Amino acid sequence: MPRTRFPKQTGEGPAAQTVQEDNAAEPQDSAPEISKPQAPLSPDAEMLARAQAGDHHAFAHLYSLHKRRIYSLCLRMVGNVAEAEDLTQEAFLQLHRKIATFRGDSAFSTWLHRLSINVVLMHLRKKGLPLMSLDEAMEPSYDDGPGRSFGAPDLSLTGSIDRLALERAVAALPAGYRLIFVLHDVEGFEHNEIASMLDCSVGNSKSQLHKARLKLRDALRQSLRKGGKR
Amino acid sequence: MTVDSKSMSCEEFQSQLAELVGSGADVMHHPHIAQCKNNCRQLYSDLQTIAEAAKQLFPDQQPEDDLWERIESAIKKGDG
Repeated sequence: MPRTRFPKQTGEGPAAQTVQEDNAAEPQDSAPEISKPQAPLSPDAEMLARAQAGDHHAFAHLYSLHKRRIYSLCLRMVGNVAEAEDLTQEAFLQLHRKIATFRGDSAFSTWLHRLSINVVLMHLRKKGLPLMSLDEAMEPSYDDGPGRSFGAPDLSLTGSIDRLALERAVAALPAGYRLIFVLHDVEGFEHNEIASMLDCSVGNSKSQLHKARLKLRDALRQSLRKGGKR
Repeated sequence: MTVDSKSMSCEEFQSQLAELVGSGADVMHHPHIAQCKNNCRQLYSDLQTIAEAAKQLFPDQQPEDDLWERIESAIKKGDG
């Protein structure tokens, strides 16, 4: 398992919760219950160690600690409640199978986060959704490019984005665009991390994110026009 | 940033925007933005507004209460 890092965001969003949980699950080094008997484990680390040893109640406790974040991650990535629940289930089943292999190279919640993202990506690939166009040239193709903006000044979004309108617009994005947007702008992953996850180039990740934002801009401007500018 | 970035057209600038933004360049001070008579500045500003707003999107939600029962049942069946 490669070393992972925290998402970059700070504040009230999901990443802030990530850091909090990560700190709580941090102390493992390797086989913590054996290698450092003199240092008492925190309750969460002890629960993790017990779950790794096969304690079902401890695993249930881990589920209750992490279910919101994993379910929400799945929901953001697929935009569908039923699918998100199925994927959350699959993520925790995979966790159950693999938890003994966790060695604390990263915080447990970071490890679980990455495992869950992989579950979603595998699901999307099985569905045949083209996550990334690997052959896409870096030069943008204007025939499919959303939101070119060469004309006179028009409706500006600055200071006027309605969160629910943006959430609706994100949900309506094509799956590949939504995935990149959620991973980068919502979850806080860097382009090189996304490229690694999706097996594409960094340039491709940048390009897809840009197109996703352009599509969102188009959708929000349409929404503003319909509702009148506030 | 290219040498002739000051004289580039809006189309040329926007074709480079994904890479400029993704590389963390100071796009607001790009020479094209300074002299653009159209709406490249507004376009960039809108995209940054969207990126900023994204950080506040999708507060965490709870899955259905019976999800744990489904997971527990699958584990007992040997799926986990």
